[in-house]
Amino acid sequence: MTILSFSELTEKCEKENKAIYQITQEEEAKLLEAEIDVVRLKVLEDLLAMKDSIKHGLKSTEKSISGWCGDDCAKLADKYAHSGALFGRVFEKITTYALATSEENLRMGRIAACPTAGSCGIVPSVIIASAEEKKISEAQQINGLLTAGMVGLIISNKVQLAGAVAGCQAECGVASAMAAAALTQMLGGDVNTVINAVALALKNILGLTCDPVCGLVEVPCIKRNAFLAIHAVTACELALCGVESKIPADEVVDTLKITGQLMSPVLKETSQGGLAKTKTALELEKVLFKK
Amino acid sequence: MEQKSVFSVISPIMVGPSSSHTAGAVRLGLMARNIYKDKFKKVKFVLYNSFATTGFGHGTDKGLLAGVLGYSVDDVIIKNIFDIVEDVEYSYEYRQDISRHPNSVDIIFDDKMTVSGDSVGAGEIRINNINGFAANIDGSYHTLLLMYKDKPGMISTVSDIIQKQKVNIASLHCDRSSKGGVASMYVALDIPIGEDVVEQVKRIKDVFFVTNIRKLK
Repeated sequence: MTILSFSELTEKCEKENKAIYQITQEEEAKLLEAEIDVVRLKVLEDLLAMKDSIKHGLKSTEKSISGWCGDDCAKLADKYAHSGALFGRVFEKITTYALATSEENLRMGRIAACPTAGSCGIVPSVIIASAEEKKISEAQQINGLLTAGMVGLIISNKVQLAGAVAGCQAECGVASAMAAAALTQMLGGDVNTVINAVALALKNILGLTCDPVCGLVEVPCIKRNAFLAIHAVTACELALCGVESKIPADEVVDTLKITGQLMSPVLKETSQGGLAKTKTALELEKVLFKK
Repeated sequence: MEQKSVFSVISPIMVGPSSSHTAGAVRLGLMARNIYKDKFKKVKFVLYNSFATTGFGHGTDKGLLAGVLGYSVDDVIIKNIFDIVEDVEYSYEYRQDISRHPNSVDIIFDDKMTVSGDSVGAGEIRINNINGFAANIDGSYHTLLLMYKDKPGMISTVSDIIQKQKVNIASLHCDRSSKGGVASMYVALDIPIGEDVVEQVKRIKDVFFVTNIRKLK
């Protein structure tokens, strides 16, 4: 899209008195040379694919190739069947759904990359769990996903969304900012509140490295999806209460990019540093490659 | 800057586990297949940097192979691709080279054509070299690729042929080995051109290779 910064987006929304999702669907319709309804239908396809991944993920305990992961979602579901989560139903569902989707991904199951596959559990869990618990309509969920999409798009125009380029900041970090934007939109936040939630979420993931053990999208990726889904809720909650980020979103994105450049290549999806080089990781590696 | 679609960040729907290392790999394979076109007997993949180090764990090897065989990113068969391949000899090589993108691959068909590309994140790809000639194909446009002997007037001859079909040219890139040497031209098109047009381009004097590359879904 032609909108390259959050300040430009704010200006456009205010000038035309429109929400971010309205601008997004209009721009996308122009790009596709299609009606807005066609764009919304395509977004709905994504949303339904996300719901399917959750559904499959909740049912399966099939382990990954490594045998390390695949049954954590079931542990949450079991516990919550008997006693609720400390922070109630929304927290319960978000963490469970995030793990369900991420585990489905590691089994080479079908998911929607949002923005990437390694971070695929964050946006869906936040949108779908909140919608179920807060009775948010499908149309509103589509608005949320469109808002998340615009946020991801603006960031991706400045920095490639790949762990190999900017670490996990650019994957789970950006997903968390997108989820914060979606939720803030769905809960009625205006343009400034949405973008403020983005800035708050992004500021607090700066420096996040990509150090997967043995190069698998498992450790620490899967559990990180649950953590950063909740991170998105915190950003949304603060923004809705009027807490403002002192550093504007655009400057935070620039910082994310620079931090990514400063990050050593050993911490960028090469599995040559960080958690991937711990004593335990090296032991796991030995066992794995014996298989 | 070229306008990007919102769906580049909220999709694709794909099989996991990695958009850059699995879906990106499938799309690089698909694009290379679209470029080579011929039925191939042998394919070799040279994986670089992060593709080489962590590709195994992300199913990059499976994704690349599935792509050159024509499977799409959301096909659950990718997981078991090694079990179903017949009649194609495939091999892998792993290298480190800091002059290359972190997620980079050379795909070599029948020892005849080398297609090089990068997976640049979120499943997006870029083909940047074909048989030693710089390219810039991201799969978002139908692209006419030709190689020819460098000489004046080639751009206008080719664009005239396309113009007559009332097809709009989105962008055009040329590269050459030396003045009067081998040159390449990439013409990105808004709508695909027919094989009859490709035949016309093939008949231009001193053109020795033409391929009509379909965009990716």
